[in-house]
Amino acid sequence: MILTVLILLPLVGALVTAVVPAAVARLVGLGFAAATLVAGIVAATQYHVGDGMQLTETYTWIDSLGVHYALGVDGLGLLMVLLTVVLVPIVMLAGWHEADAPGNNGAKAFFAWTLGLEAMSLAVFTATDVLLFYVVFEATLIPAYFLIGGFGRAGRGRAATKFLIYQLAGGLIMLASVIGLYVVSADAGNPSFLISDLAALDIDETTQRWLFVGFFIAFAIKAPMFPVHTWLADTTEKATTGTSVLLVCILDKIGTFGMLRFCLGLLPDASQWATPVVIVLALISIIYGALVAIGQDDVLRLIGLTSLSHFGFIVLGIFVFSSNGSSGAILYMVNHGIATALMFLVAGFLIRRTGTASIREMGGVEKAAPVLAGFFLVGGLAAAGLPGLSPFVSEMLVIIAAFDHHWVVGSVAVLAIVLAAFYALWMYQRTMTGPDRVGAAPVVDLDRREVGILAPLLLALLLFGFYPMPLLDVINPFVHDSLASVGIGQEGGPQ
Amino acid sequence: MNLLSHSVLAAGLPMAEEGGHAPVVAPDMGAGGVFDLLWLVIALPALGAVLLLGVAPFLPTSLRAAADKHGHLLGTAMAALSFVLSLVLFFALLGRDAESRQVGQHLWTWFETGSLTVGMDLLYDQLSALFLLLITGVGSLIHLYAIGYMEHDPRRRRFFGYLNLFVAAMLVLVMSANFVGLFLGWEGVGLASYLLIGFWQHKPSAAAAAKKAFVINRVGDIGLSLAIALMFATFGTADFGGVSELAGEASQSTLNALGLLLLLGACGKSAQVPLQAWLLDAMEGPTPVSALIHAATMVTAGVYLVVRSNFIYDLTPVAQTAVVVVATVTLLWGAILGCAKDDIKKALAGSTMSQIGYMMLAAGLGPVGYPFAIFHLLTHGFFKANMFLGAGSVMHGMNDDVDMRHYGALRKAMPVTFLTFAMGYLAIIGFPGFSGFWSKDRIIETALADNLLVGVLALVGAGITGFYMTRLMLMTFFTSKRWEPDVHPHESPKVMTVPLIVLAALSVLGGILLFNDWIVTWLEPVTGQVEHHEPPLPALVITLIITAVVALGVAAAWFLVGRREVPREAPQDVSFATRAARADLYGDAINDAVVVRPGAELVGGLTTFDRVGVDGAVEGGSAAVAGLSTTMRRVQNGFVRSYALSLLGGALLVVLALLAVNLG
Repeated sequence: MILTVLILLPLVGALVTAVVPAAVARLVGLGFAAATLVAGIVAATQYHVGDGMQLTETYTWIDSLGVHYALGVDGLGLLMVLLTVVLVPIVMLAGWHEADAPGNNGAKAFFAWTLGLEAMSLAVFTATDVLLFYVVFEATLIPAYFLIGGFGRAGRGRAATKFLIYQLAGGLIMLASVIGLYVVSADAGNPSFLISDLAALDIDETTQRWLFVGFFIAFAIKAPMFPVHTWLADTTEKATTGTSVLLVCILDKIGTFGMLRFCLGLLPDASQWATPVVIVLALISIIYGALVAIGQDDVLRLIGLTSLSHFGFIVLGIFVFSSNGSSGAILYMVNHGIATALMFLVAGFLIRRTGTASIREMGGVEKAAPVLAGFFLVGGLAAAGLPGLSPFVSEMLVIIAAFDHHWVVGSVAVLAIVLAAFYALWMYQRTMTGPDRVGAAPVVDLDRREVGILAPLLLALLLFGFYPMPLLDVINPFVHDSLASVGIGQEGGPQ
Repeated sequence: MNLLSHSVLAAGLPMAEEGGHAPVVAPDMGAGGVFDLLWLVIALPALGAVLLLGVAPFLPTSLRAAADKHGHLLGTAMAALSFVLSLVLFFALLGRDAESRQVGQHLWTWFETGSLTVGMDLLYDQLSALFLLLITGVGSLIHLYAIGYMEHDPRRRRFFGYLNLFVAAMLVLVMSANFVGLFLGWEGVGLASYLLIGFWQHKPSAAAAAKKAFVINRVGDIGLSLAIALMFATFGTADFGGVSELAGEASQSTLNALGLLLLLGACGKSAQVPLQAWLLDAMEGPTPVSALIHAATMVTAGVYLVVRSNFIYDLTPVAQTAVVVVATVTLLWGAILGCAKDDIKKALAGSTMSQIGYMMLAAGLGPVGYPFAIFHLLTHGFFKANMFLGAGSVMHGMNDDVDMRHYGALRKAMPVTFLTFAMGYLAIIGFPGFSGFWSKDRIIETALADNLLVGVLALVGAGITGFYMTRLMLMTFFTSKRWEPDVHPHESPKVMTVPLIVLAALSVLGGILLFNDWIVTWLEPVTGQVEHHEPPLPALVITLIITAVVALGVAAAWFLVGRREVPREAPQDVSFATRAARADLYGDAINDAVVVRPGAELVGGLTTFDRVGVDGAVEGGSAAVAGLSTTMRRVQNGFVRSYALSLLGGALLVVLALLAVNLG
């Protein structure tokens, strides 16, 4: 029941927030987000590491079609759920005043849509029925569309439309594969959309490959990967930073989550068949994303593009099929969520002060606002994979796994550590150091509220940088099961 | 089980018979007693950094003012306590049998997957013990000095926080029992170096230098990262113990690759050619930073890496040769730069590069050279820290002017600085009896025994060292006054001169470590049995030759600089060689041409391509392929209606498909 509660709380919260008076809407919204956080923690306490899919609920939805309302979490799902319930209240607090700014659609709408997005995302991460997954997968687009289109900078309408077209295209392609899966299942005599039933099917090679392509394209758009990434930069540039956190740190994880759940889980042979192509695309994403990030002048666009590089690492880790790669990739999904959230939120605080997101119009911020500069630097160093901050461990694991797969793959991926250091520190140099901007009022340093919002993220980066075992203890059993189902033992070779 | 068979195999390898078999690291992980406090050596300065950087900014205003006012005392105390503990540990290690001087401590499991485990494990042995003393000892003196040097800087608390962070990270680097932990410290000192080079970051040159240092170091880190990946792929571990145990049975090409990759990492951190270009720019940082990080400790981390990885290098002559080549080029490169610089700190930085070249050279010579690499590293730590702090003292008295052409005749105005600097000078040129004499002499002697050409080049380097150091000495403390009109040189306060005196004493007496071959015997369990090579000439003759060559360099400086009037402006009608040396032998120009400019063009091109090419192709292509351009245009209106419609359409499609399948 706890998972249903987990989904219903923010869903009801969204509706309530939408109807209460504007004066209390923010508090009500935050209250529901906090309640969802508590529900998420309760779910985590009931979770037993190593027991596979659990906290399951299965109800028949459409009997004749084998559709179920079926929920459950395993190690992967649990971490994504926790990432979601932790980030949403932080986003709300960070956007407390922003959504009411002139030109935006008001805090009430922002909080309501945020809760709606949270509910749909939680449903995606807990759905164990493919059709249910598809429905909520598509449903995330509604709140996401309104969050992008209703709040942020000029040009956001076009960005929202672009986002929608990309995602709808992906969804349609995936739909074909969803139907295909059903056909296979029906042909086998027992039509069912339950992932557990589908995983037991013996799907022939050609069909697997077709189904794989459908799922993979949809998830590649979501993640995003080169060359279907261009919605990402436009969206992060125009949307508010809170929305960007929701999109990049939570919603995009559905892409790599789906690759693990559907591509590897249901279509293992086809996944291995596609490995060479996927690895090449992942490597291009890693290098290309970092290079293009270097060339940006807009802080938010830059941060958005760094995620292209990071998602390349995650996909690379998934598709080298080894315990180091998979554990590294899933850990990366969590770490990227924390680090990128920190980066976007600090950048948001910065832009509110400077009145511009253009790097070349900033400078000398550190002198007046050392605390802000400190957070900005830590965020950049986390993106650059500095040891001691959590993304390092996951990046190192993926590099080790990639190198183990083939030394060329590892050697290409590792170039990102230089490029990332460059985009992070060059951005810091141009925005934070040097003399003051001529004629501009000095930037005010972060206030206590803002420090309080960022501090948990920074502490998490440090904690998991030195002690990621709480996360890995949840991840490793999942990886073990998932690789075993693909037919790969822990040592990386076929069994 | 596996390990057992490996060691049996390794014992039978031909390498072992030749006496070239590398030693195995096998620490006693629960030695007890004071060794249970190993973690505290790191924790003390780490705590200082956390308090000064992480806590102090968020205190209430009155407390924060107190922290700003007294924070430096906390920082210095933490470094000093760490030094005291290092001393206690050192004597405890001395008290153990020579065979059981490797102790370790398992702190916690850092990360683990189905196929690898990396622990936060510490290793304290004869090698790390010496580093602990150097880092915390010289580090404490420099903290003390910085109290005076940074007295008027409004951000002094933060400066000491960064210094503490550096000391903690450097200790992690030399105390980790595996390469991943070493990498943690390696990047930690890189971060501290970045923060300290750019400490005066309102100066664009300082901010640019900081970034340059970090990014070039990251190029080296490619090597270290890949070496770690290769170790896991080959041995399944990156623990010193595991790798040293199994290295003997890796293929030759794997060992060569490991050696070369580690060398790339070492080149970045230790400013060896071709990754040398950041070190001179790094002098933008406050002088105590130049002394601590860019002379005495951090830049020698590459030497530590090579010596620590002796169990790899001993098995790969290819990589050893590469180390020797890089080192020889660098020791000459740095020395030539040192001759042409008028900025006192940059001249010293060129000299640092060159001296690290000597250490690397020794490290590249294998077990016979390792102890001398470390010996020179220690003596250089003393005399170079001494001279950098001396240069800081001079700058302190000269209104922060760094141009030696504006100095002259300062020996009377700053007697303590002059005398202590002179001790460092005599040590670095290798004046008989001073610490540098013993350490450099042994390196050149060993190099001559190994390869005549390398040995002769190292000898030439010693001559050039004599030249540029004498030039620096003369331009600063002798010759005529060339001061700016408003400058009134004065001796620095006690808090600055006391560290100078201590370091000067160490510069003179450091050679004592070689008494009775102590350091060689001490390090032997770590670095391996020495194969004795007969030098081509008797040792005494070599010593005499070296001393004569140095004297030649000194004399040349006397004739070219000391006896002439030094112009206040650098002459422009100079030879090509001087111009090249002034331009850092075109290191930056080469980087620009090979990496920076093509890189900038690539980034520019891709950025446009991403906006126009990829985006356009995907947007246009998808529309064309789908043949839905009209529909697309309608969706692009942004109407919710269209979206709802398409969702409905999708749902309808599902239902129809399902029905079709079910009915069919």
